[in-house]
Amino acid sequence: MLDFFVRPFIDDQQLRLAFFASVLVSITCAVAGTFVVLRGLAFIGDALSHGVLPGIATAMLLSISPIVGAAVGAAVIMGGVGLVSRRYKVSADTAIGLMFVAMLSLGVIITSRSINLEEDLDHILFGDTFAVHSTDLFWQIFALFLVSLIGFIARRPFLMMSVDDGLAQTSGFNVSLFHNLLLGMIGLTVISSFQTVGTLLVMGMLIAPAASAVMFARRISSMMIFASLIGVFSSYLGLLISHHFDFAASATIVLITVLIFAICAVIFDFVKRRNSKIDELPHQHEHNHAH
Amino acid sequence: MLTKTVVTENVSIGFGRHTVVSEINFSTEPGALVVLIGTNGSGKSTLLKTLAGMIKPLSGNVLVLGAKPGTRVKNVGYLPQHPVSSHTLPLRVRDVVRMGRFADLGLFSRETAMDRESVENALKKTGSLEFADKPLRDLSSGQQQRAHLAQVLTRQAEVLLLDEPTAGLDINGRKLVANLIASERARGVTVVMATHELQDAETADIVMLLAQRVVSIGAPDVALRDEYLRECFGFTQPH
Repeated sequence: MLDFFVRPFIDDQQLRLAFFASVLVSITCAVAGTFVVLRGLAFIGDALSHGVLPGIATAMLLSISPIVGAAVGAAVIMGGVGLVSRRYKVSADTAIGLMFVAMLSLGVIITSRSINLEEDLDHILFGDTFAVHSTDLFWQIFALFLVSLIGFIARRPFLMMSVDDGLAQTSGFNVSLFHNLLLGMIGLTVISSFQTVGTLLVMGMLIAPAASAVMFARRISSMMIFASLIGVFSSYLGLLISHHFDFAASATIVLITVLIFAICAVIFDFVKRRNSKIDELPHQHEHNHAH
Repeated sequence: MLTKTVVTENVSIGFGRHTVVSEINFSTEPGALVVLIGTNGSGKSTLLKTLAGMIKPLSGNVLVLGAKPGTRVKNVGYLPQHPVSSHTLPLRVRDVVRMGRFADLGLFSRETAMDRESVENALKKTGSLEFADKPLRDLSSGQQQRAHLAQVLTRQAEVLLLDEPTAGLDINGRKLVANLIASERARGVTVVMATHELQDAETADIVMLLAQRVVSIGAPDVALRDEYLRECFGFTQPH
């Protein structure tokens, strides 16, 4: 039993490293994902995760750090969405959709021009958990620190904006500034996570654990803790399964987070129905007496 | 001591190039109640948002507590229409009410005993204490509205801008809101309130009837004359 569940993480140093990286990604995504789910920013998050592709591809062509390329890609998509929606008076959703496909297409075109990059495309999109180096962990710890710091400092405006932008604005918080800060936080999360879970699958880590946690949490802080625990558990189970059955690690991790969401949704629905039945009981009792 | 709490002079309000209402002129003193009445889209919420500093006036002068709207945020409380309390937010009622103190606390200040006391008082005043530790999403719309009202009260503002505060409330809830407004006015708070209900205007100092223009303005017996009501709603009050 112990051999199956624990031994691989003791014996295999690369698996251990992959687990540490996934834990860091899980916690970073839980903090950012909480606000993504509460503020309904899944689409812009998706666009950001795809929008970094041309930046990463260009950086690899120029032999510079893909993280720098991803940062430039994220900045371009955030700036582009703001510019298109403000100047051309189209809805934010349309602007996000346009920038999303433009950046994704550009990324594919750039990678198609290089045979080496075409091979790397899989790694960019789906990550390579087992290729994580110890130096990557330092960058991920730094990103987690920054994301947590932003989340802590801006917790009040972020919280108010989740209820109503007007509430935040009339309390003296600059909604536009904090919205952009939140986008920056999501961008940073995507950039720091893509090497472990890939640009496509990072969305799963951002949304699924937070969407599961929101059903049972009563406070924002507990939502972040639940989402982190779900992410960490999914990382452990996903890596274990991929180790034993030779599945793609990052995809397995993300699939488990979504399965956990499905299980949470069923339990939540059951608990809600049971509670509403309990609430109805005294009324039925009174009703019976009346007759 | 400031004698005029809200002043509007030849104000036009709207969005971009679209004017919703123009020629708005009124001024209030501490403790005054201004009631804005009109159908949907008549400009009530737009005027409140303008006074709250969320929308700039298209023209004219607006002063709230002697400054441009949106400047004295600590002294002005705003209750949006149907706040997006949403079905998903994992917040207890008490946490929602605590948000009312954020304008004073800013980003970094820690909550003090006074802040906590203010939250408890607001919960008591709005009858929300019994469900203060329940998640907001599990409550009825009326209970949610009480929680949002409590949040505005914790601001301890000098001007309250309330967009349909009685929406979703039953008769007891409406009485509660009327009493709350009366007690806030008694301590010198100016209340500007948008509503669909004519009875909310009974105790007002100024009633403004809106229909994408100012149909009438003045004391209730003047502003709510039959000819104005007919013009605004197409019917009159039963006598």
